[in-house]
Amino acid sequence: MTDSTFEQVRNVASDIFGIPGDKITAESSPETIENWDSMQHLNLVLAIEEKFRVQLEPEDIEQMKNIGAVAALVEKLQSTAS
Amino acid sequence: MSNSISNPKAVEHNPPNLRAEVDRLIAQGAFDLAARRLSELWRRDPASGTASFVISRIDELREKTREGLALAKFKLAILRSFTVEPIVPLLRAEAFAYGIDLEVHVGDFNTYVQDMLDSQSSLYRFAPDAVVLAVRSDQAAPELWRDFADLAPEAAQQAAERVVRGYEQWIGAFRKHSQAALIIHSLERPSSPSLGVLDDQSEAGQSGLIRRINRELRRIAAGFHGVYVLDYDALVTRHGSEHWHDERKWLMARLPIAAGHLLHMAREWMRFIVPLSGRTSKVLVVDLDNTLWGGVIGEDGMSGIEVGAEYPGAAYQALHRALLDLSRKGILLAVCSKNNLDDAMEALEKHPGMLVRANHFAALRINWTDKAQNLREIAQELNVGIDALAFLDDNPFEREQVRAALPEVTVIDLPKNPLEYASALRNCAALERLTLSSEDQQRTEMYAAQKQRAGVEQNFQSKEDFFRFLEQEAELEPVSDLTLARVAQLTQKTNQFNLTTRRYTEPQLAEMAKQPEWHIFSIKVRDRFGDHGLVGVAIAHDEGEQCEVDTFLLSCRVIGRTVETALLAHLAERAAQRGRKRLMGWFLPTKKNAPARDFYPQHGFERQETNGAGSLWALDLKSATLRCPDWIKLRTAETTPGGKN
Repeated sequence: MTDSTFEQVRNVASDIFGIPGDKITAESSPETIENWDSMQHLNLVLAIEEKFRVQLEPEDIEQMKNIGAVAALVEKLQSTAS
Repeated sequence: MSNSISNPKAVEHNPPNLRAEVDRLIAQGAFDLAARRLSELWRRDPASGTASFVISRIDELREKTREGLALAKFKLAILRSFTVEPIVPLLRAEAFAYGIDLEVHVGDFNTYVQDMLDSQSSLYRFAPDAVVLAVRSDQAAPELWRDFADLAPEAAQQAAERVVRGYEQWIGAFRKHSQAALIIHSLERPSSPSLGVLDDQSEAGQSGLIRRINRELRRIAAGFHGVYVLDYDALVTRHGSEHWHDERKWLMARLPIAAGHLLHMAREWMRFIVPLSGRTSKVLVVDLDNTLWGGVIGEDGMSGIEVGAEYPGAAYQALHRALLDLSRKGILLAVCSKNNLDDAMEALEKHPGMLVRANHFAALRINWTDKAQNLREIAQELNVGIDALAFLDDNPFEREQVRAALPEVTVIDLPKNPLEYASALRNCAALERLTLSSEDQQRTEMYAAQKQRAGVEQNFQSKEDFFRFLEQEAELEPVSDLTLARVAQLTQKTNQFNLTTRRYTEPQLAEMAKQPEWHIFSIKVRDRFGDHGLVGVAIAHDEGEQCEVDTFLLSCRVIGRTVETALLAHLAERAAQRGRKRLMGWFLPTKKNAPARDFYPQHGFERQETNGAGSLWALDLKSATLRCPDWIKLRTAETTPGGKN
């Protein structure tokens, strides 16, 4: 994955979860981020769809287990879309 | 794309830096500036993530500033049949950009009926200013939505009637328990009716019946004060049903709206919330070159500028029509343009393509002075606060200058393409109105008459001569169904000659008018130059031997021509007739009501006490000599339909 996609995903996650970007790594997950609950997961999905103009399928959403996986998913969707 | 106050695409930006700047400013204690940057961030990037950031910082600012942010507080409850939680941050951020600190209560899934019927429900405990009833067709009319093909025609009709009766009953109960405004979503029609094209061949098809329910909802809403319909069906259509919906999110999370449209739902709610919270603009100030016409009149000349019925001039005519529609809603128009006066006036008065003319504008500032200064002068000339101005200009530089110099002004961002100008203007929530009084519709003419009056006034030796010359006639009457909307509007909008600045909604006033000890009067004024309409309100209530003035206000159009004395004399006279001994009244100072400061002492009132909020004044009704000035011809209505007063 490129740095820029990861960084953009991290910025979105920083806004949604209300924690500084430098505290978020590719491994950050619901286990390490306290308020990553189901409602925040939905908010993250919506923010990602909006930001990157992609459409996430239910199967994609299940794969979003940590921030690294989200960034990888975004890159995959963007490369298949173009 | 509908953009009410922002057009993100038009501006290059670097949001992470703005976020860091906001946090730095908060840390430094520069809260006002932090709030401004926050608003700029939202304008540039109105996305879900930004919304989360913005509202977390608003909450932080609210805690840190002792006197609070200069925002209007507003409480909104959302009753719903679908997931609205992701929309709430967008809504609160958007409200913040309009100067509103919005608190939101979201009802449980599909408990809206219990919530409205039960006077002890969490809905009423929240004490909302407004309630949105966001129910979708699948929930409100399940038989018509899902199993329509199975229904016999009579059964379908009966199902539609049941839906309408349900709404009627809930709304009636709601009005008994709450005076909050109620905004009802209309039902959307199916994008693919069960019988295909056959459905639309009859009024009694799936679409036809839902249309009928929507018509009935409008009828029910019109029967109550403060109940409004939000045309959800039209909103979905405007954005395209197939783009609006996201079936995946609906099945996974009961969220029917696609990520890219959540903001549009929030903005549609804002079109009600902004007028309900009184944060509307009274005057729209427009630029000329490249805004009202294409090109620069000083360089391109009369034959060179683009405005007319054909492309590309048609884009500007569409904007003109939007301006004329605003002026029919009582919003004053004004011009602020950097131009040579003669060039601009020639185009305004003579260009065959222009649909708006110089006489549509209540004030004109065509010169080379900076726009902020011109806007201040326009506000002064029209007797409104700076915060009552909205500003429309194609030039991002001018817009930013005005934002920096006059943060109170509502600056409307225009998209780059002139074909999108008209809809950008029509979607601005600050220019929405929920009711329309005859005063609103005639306001432009009234201001023209005002210009004449001001000219005449200078020719008189004494004020009294001038008052006699004016031949003022005033009509005093208790509030009625016909005047309730205007009276509520005046309590919400009047800032200068307003002794207590208490804001009331229509339902609150209707409730108040029912109480025997409360008295609400309005005053209409006309003079030799024209009709001012309903321009003043006085509310008083009896308590023991005294009568206390709760509200006393006068529109700025008629301040200083002794109408206020006529209204006060009427209050005193009526109170004495009811056997009261003293007329009491508070003056509660605000940033804007200095014109009313000396009103009580000038009319013989004595100060009783002063506290942090203001001063209390009293007039002994036995010895008082308060009279209506003899140059005002006074008419009073003796009875009301309800028989009170």
